Amino acid sequence: MVGAPRSAGMREFGYQRFNSGMVRHLSLRTAGELRVMLVQNAVSDAYCSSGYYNFPDLPMADKDWQGADLVFDIDSKDLALPCRAGHTVLKCAACGAPFLPPDGAGEGPAACPGCGSPRHDSRSLPCRDCVAGAKKEVAKLLRVLGEDLAVLPEDCAVYFSGNEGFHVHVDDERFRGIGSGARGEIADYVAFRGAVPERFGMARSGAAGLPEAGEAGWRGRVAAALLGPKSARPRLVREAKAAGYGAFAARLAGLQPSLGARIDRNVTTDVHRIFRLPGSLSGKSGLAKAPCGRDLDGFDPYRDACLVDGDPVDVVARSPVRFRLRGRGFGPYDGEAVTVPRFAAAYMICKGLATAPPRPPAPAPR
Amino acid sequence: MITLGPDEMARYPFLAESGAYLRDAGFTLEQFGTDPDLRRLLDGAEERVMAAARGEARRAGGAGALSGDAATFEVFSFLLAVVLLRMAGRPSLVRRFALREAMEAERRLEQDLRHIVPGRDAASAAGGRRRSGEKELAARIVGSLTGVRIVASGDDAASGATFAVPVADYVERSGRFHEREWKLVNRGVSAGLVRLTAHEAIRLVRAELGNHISSSILSAKAPPVPPGLEGPVGRLSAYADRHFPRPVAPKDAADPPCVKHAAAVLERGENLPHSGRFLLATFLLRRGRSVEQIAPLFRNAPDYSERVTMYQLNNLATKDGTGYSCPSCDKVRGQGLCFATPECDGIVNPVQFGTRAAAPPGGG
Repeated sequence: MVGAPRSAGMREFGYQRFNSGMVRHLSLRTAGELRVMLVQNAVSDAYCSSGYYNFPDLPMADKDWQGADLVFDIDSKDLALPCRAGHTVLKCAACGAPFLPPDGAGEGPAACPGCGSPRHDSRSLPCRDCVAGAKKEVAKLLRVLGEDLAVLPEDCAVYFSGNEGFHVHVDDERFRGIGSGARGEIADYVAFRGAVPERFGMARSGAAGLPEAGEAGWRGRVAAALLGPKSARPRLVREAKAAGYGAFAARLAGLQPSLGARIDRNVTTDVHRIFRLPGSLSGKSGLAKAPCGRDLDGFDPYRDACLVDGDPVDVVARSPVRFRLRGRGFGPYDGEAVTVPRFAAAYMICKGLATAPPRPPAPAPR
Repeated sequence: MITLGPDEMARYPFLAESGAYLRDAGFTLEQFGTDPDLRRLLDGAEERVMAAARGEARRAGGAGALSGDAATFEVFSFLLAVVLLRMAGRPSLVRRFALREAMEAERRLEQDLRHIVPGRDAASAAGGRRRSGEKELAARIVGSLTGVRIVASGDDAASGATFAVPVADYVERSGRFHEREWKLVNRGVSAGLVRLTAHEAIRLVRAELGNHISSSILSAKAPPVPPGLEGPVGRLSAYADRHFPRPVAPKDAADPPCVKHAAAVLERGENLPHSGRFLLATFLLRRGRSVEQIAPLFRNAPDYSERVTMYQLNNLATKDGTGYSCPSCDKVRGQGLCFATPECDGIVNPVQFGTRAAAPPGGG
C-alpha cells in the first residue's frame, strides 16, 4: 500500500522508530528504496516532505527549495466538538495510569486518582461524530478550492491523517512555487479569516451593495448565510442596515467558524514540513494514512484505514473509553488481560492504553 | 522582446529597447558633456536624479502622446541619468531614482491599462487602434517584467474591478500591503482569478517595477567619467554623501537569519513589509539598541520619513512602559520572513537565537 510519491527523488523522507527520535533529511528515488528504508529500520512512522528540493538529503539551508504541494490539515481536536470530553483519556505522567478527566475538566488540570500527580498527558479516541465533523470541514475546503481557486478535483487528494483528521494535498503547479506568506493568505481565504464588512457592502458611513445570494465567492456565501432566503431578504437587509457597521462586523466574525474551513494554518504555511507518508501506519493509532477516494461520505477511517490483521492476540488493556474498529466495539477495560484482534491491540498500544502481557518467568537453570 | 515606438519608449524608458535607441543615435558620452546643443539633455538627467533624491514626484508627460522633442528628451534624460548614477556609484541615489521612476511608470501603465474595454473587441473600442495598442503594451510590459498576467474581466459591482490576475500571482505580492482590503479574503475571487481595478493591478507590481529599474541601473556598465560630466557626477555624489550616510546593519553571528535578512532588504533599498520592520525594530530594541541607533537602518527604505520612523520606534520602545515583544518564530514564519538555518532549531522566538540547544523536528 505504501508507494513512492510523485517526484520522489526531489522530496525529503524521514522516519521514527519505536520509542526513538526522528531521522530526517533522507533522499530516496524509487519505491524499492523506500521499501528497503521501511524494512531495514522497522519504522513506527514514515514521513515525506510536501516540498521539492534539488538536494533533499542536505541540511535545510542547503536543500535548494524548488516548491511544495499546497497542503491543508484538518484535525478533529481543533473543532471543539462536545463529544470530545466523552472520549478523552488522561494518562498520568508519574504512574502511567490512564483515567477519565473529571466532569467538565476536559484536557485541563486533573489529578491522577491513583497517585495524585497533577502531571498528565491526554489522548483521544475519536468517535464517529469527530470524523463527521472533520469531513464537514474537508467538504467546505474542497468547495472553496474548486469554486474560487479553480483547483480541479483530480488535483486534490484527501487522506485520513492516520489519527484524528484529514490531510488535503493539492498538486497544482500554479501554487507549487508560492512562498509561506502567500500560502498563509490562501489558508486565511479558505478559513474565511480576516474578512472586513466593507467587502460585503457595509461601510461605517452606511450600507451600499450588500451581497446577493447568487454572487461568486464569499460574497455569495455570506449573502446566503446572513441575508437569505429570498423571501426573507428584504426584512433581513433592513435589519442589517438598521443594526449598523459594528453589528454587521460581529455577525461576519460569527460566521467564520461555520462558513470557513477550520484548518491548521501553520501546516499550510510551512513549506518545509514532512507529512506522514500516504499508506503508512501512524504510530499514534496503528491506523493508516489512507486515501479517501472520491466518496468522502462513504469513507470510514475505522474500517478503511484499519489495515492491521485481525488475528487474536493477548494484551493487558486499560482503556476507560469504549471504541469501535471494523464494526466491532471494544472496551472499556480496567487493566485486565484480554484477547482481541491484532488491529484493536495495535490501536490501544499506540494510544498507550494497553501493554503486552508479562512474559512467563524463564525456567530456573539447573 | 517588446517593439516600441519613440513615444512608447519615452513613456517606458526603463525597458531594454530604449538602450538601443541611445546606441542608434550615435552620440558619444563626451558629446553630451561638451556639445551645447546636447547639454540640456545632461542637465535634464542630473535634475531627474536630484528630483528623485529630494523625493519630488516627476510628472513628465500626460496621458497623451509626447511630441517628438519631448519624447527624445524623456528617453535621453533617463538614459543619461542611468549613466550618471553608475558613475556616481551611490546605491542610495539608485534606490531613490528607481522608486520615483517606478512610480512614474506605475502612473503611465495605469493610464494605458484603463483603455482596456472589457468584453469588447479592442479595435472597435472607443479610441480605436491607439487605445488597443496602449492596453496591449501595458499588459505586455507587466507580463514581461513581472510574469503577472493581467486580463480584462467583466465589471465587479462590489469593487469596481474590471481586471483580474491569477490567485497565485496575487498572493505572492499582496503580502506587501498592510491594508486589510488587500487580504485575499477581501477580494472578489472566482475561477482562480482575483478581481482588481487598474490602479490595484499596477500597484500590485510596483515593487517589481522598482526592482527591475534598480537592477537595470546596477547591471549597466560604469564607464570612466568623460570630460564635461565631472560636474554633474561630483554634485550627485556630494549630495548622496551628505544626505544618505550608510547605516551599519546587523551582520553579527549572534543575529538570527530573519533579522539579518530584514536588515539586508532595507540596506538594498528594497521595500520591507511592515511586519519585517516590526521584527527588526523589536528585536534590536530587545537586544539593547537605542531608538537612535536603530533609526538609521530605515533610511534606505523607499518610503523613509525620519519623523514617522522616530515616532514608530519610540512607540515600539515605550508602549505601556514595557515595549512591544519581538514576534515569535511561528508568526515570522507565517509572514514569510523566516529564513531558518540549523542554528535556529529549538528556538521559538528570534531573541532566543544562539541561546537554545537544537530540538528534534516534528511532522505529519
